[in-house]
Amino acid sequence: MGILEVKNVGKRFGGLKALDNVNLNVMENTVHAIIGPNGAGKSTLLNCLIGKLIPDTGSVMFDGQSVLGRKPHEINQMGISRVFQTPEIFGDLTVFENVMIPIFAKRDGAFRMHAIESVRRETDIVEAAEAMLADVKMLEKRDAHAGSLSRGDKRRLEMAMCLCQQPKLLLLDEPTAGMARADTNNTIDLLKEIKASRPITMCIIEHDMHVVFSLAERITVLAQGTPLVEDTPENIKGHPKVKEAYLGEAAH
Amino acid sequence: MLGLQAKDFRLLLIVVAMTMLAPFILNPFPVNSAMAQFNAGYPDLMQRFVIFGIFAIGFNILFGLTGYLSFGHAAFLGVGSYAGVWMLKLLTMNVVPAILLSVIVAGLFSVIVGYVSLRRSGIYFSILTLAFAQMSFALAYSVLTPLTNGETGLQLSLDDPRVLGVTQVDGTIPAPHLFGASMRASYDLVLGGWQFTFNVGYYLSAVVLVLAFYLAIRIFRSPFGLMLRAVKSNQQRMSYTGLNLKPYMLAAFVISGMYAGLAGGLMVAMDPLAGAERMQWTASGEVVLMTILGGAGTLIGPVLGAGFIKYFENIFSKINDTVLHQWFGFMPDGLEDVVVFIVHPFIGKGWHLTLGLLFMLVVIFLPGGLVQGGQKIGGLFRRKAPADDSATRKQPAE
Repeated sequence: MGILEVKNVGKRFGGLKALDNVNLNVMENTVHAIIGPNGAGKSTLLNCLIGKLIPDTGSVMFDGQSVLGRKPHEINQMGISRVFQTPEIFGDLTVFENVMIPIFAKRDGAFRMHAIESVRRETDIVEAAEAMLADVKMLEKRDAHAGSLSRGDKRRLEMAMCLCQQPKLLLLDEPTAGMARADTNNTIDLLKEIKASRPITMCIIEHDMHVVFSLAERITVLAQGTPLVEDTPENIKGHPKVKEAYLGEAAH
Repeated sequence: MLGLQAKDFRLLLIVVAMTMLAPFILNPFPVNSAMAQFNAGYPDLMQRFVIFGIFAIGFNILFGLTGYLSFGHAAFLGVGSYAGVWMLKLLTMNVVPAILLSVIVAGLFSVIVGYVSLRRSGIYFSILTLAFAQMSFALAYSVLTPLTNGETGLQLSLDDPRVLGVTQVDGTIPAPHLFGASMRASYDLVLGGWQFTFNVGYYLSAVVLVLAFYLAIRIFRSPFGLMLRAVKSNQQRMSYTGLNLKPYMLAAFVISGMYAGLAGGLMVAMDPLAGAERMQWTASGEVVLMTILGGAGTLIGPVLGAGFIKYFENIFSKINDTVLHQWFGFMPDGLEDVVVFIVHPFIGKGWHLTLGLLFMLVVIFLPGGLVQGGQKIGGLFRRKAPADDSATRKQPAE
């Protein structure tokens, strides 16, 4: 039994078959990577998981419950947090406020108004946010404007915002896209740290083979909307079908 | 103090001082001096300052915190006014029930408008609110005449039933009062050449403004306020953070609609009549101008903006060519006429032109409004003091 089970998912956009009969099983507390050439349907699949798109066929079960038809905020409440391709943070607010918001969201559910008491008086939340910032080594930047952070710090902050909700599943959409090699390696180290320090399942959609092979325990290769193979990194590396669909394409 | 940070408490004290001492602050010139026409300390205008201040504070809770630009907030003010007048007509001339009903009716109306308008964001939201306001205006002006008395406007009359009060006093309509204290009662203090007027209606409005301002500070500093600022900053992240945006936005919309209703109720308490023109889009636009001019998203900005615009509307518009000729009388005749000719378009009926130019200057050079201007000036002085860079840093959510 996986924590995330995708069964026979299909999605069409007009005449284009973006996803065709996709099956995916992400086991609890593993790092699972989904790779594939451009247009393979990786992003469409991700959007089906987080409630942005509803697949035409099939089912998506998370932790024994269907996520289909639920709003993004409901899916987040179930325990799925998402890291975006470009870090999505609250740029106008301070780093500290950025981390407090997801903790409030976790505590208050979808909607509960606390319009009179001061944020500073919410000592539980303040302490939790401080602990989280210390965890990602950003405590000294707590009063900085989030929008003025470097790209690497923004990514770090976004991770902190996801992790402070103690998600069961962390979805990462090309977390190192457009990054310099040094930043990429920092991100890999950060993810490894996160993985080592707590029980968490990660599902990474990634282009960069270096990232995938440094982190993933299982890899699913997607091509033209269907999974080609699912296996361990060692076996994927030498798989002829993968070479043909993925590495072959990368060669020209 | 009062559950506020020291900085916010100082701001509250400033507002308390400004409102309570307004009769002095706004009347700096002796009655018989040439500058007396710049005095703004008469009850009618002071009431307008604080009432529009309340309106702008409420508007800022929506626009300043969430960034949703409503172009129909005058509708809530108008609805509140009508509700207030009806209360004065039917129940009692005591203003408390009238103001309460204004707030409630405006709140209910804003639930409906907000529920529909908040299905869209950005420009579409603005257009939806504008459409609602213009619909309300058109309805009040024509179809709903039995309720609103159409283009004449809803007024008190000599045969209002008034269940808990009297219909007439000595053959005239009684004045609105607060437990017996007439809104029109004033006390004049004459000190040398100066005259200061203390009006009951003004002080009622001023106390309400202080309370409204205090509540706004609490909302700004609360988790709810933080969520609204997060909505403004990044909606994408917000919806993947487990919060349901719609009820938060609707709550902000209704709160700001109720502030508008409160302003409408106070207007009626000061002067018991309500007309459809109060709901027109120009009135909605005015509160947008006030908020942006003062500094959207800042606490005190909207109050300053409201005072600024109302001052212009009432004082600048009274300067005419005769006054100009007096001012420039020291110049040689030909030059005097030229100067008056140049200044003429900007004064009197042309006050909109001056306001428009000032508004453009503020938006271009001080996007944070008058508050940012104040901070810049404060920063100039403070830079001389050693190592206090935190105070000069731009603080948008103050």
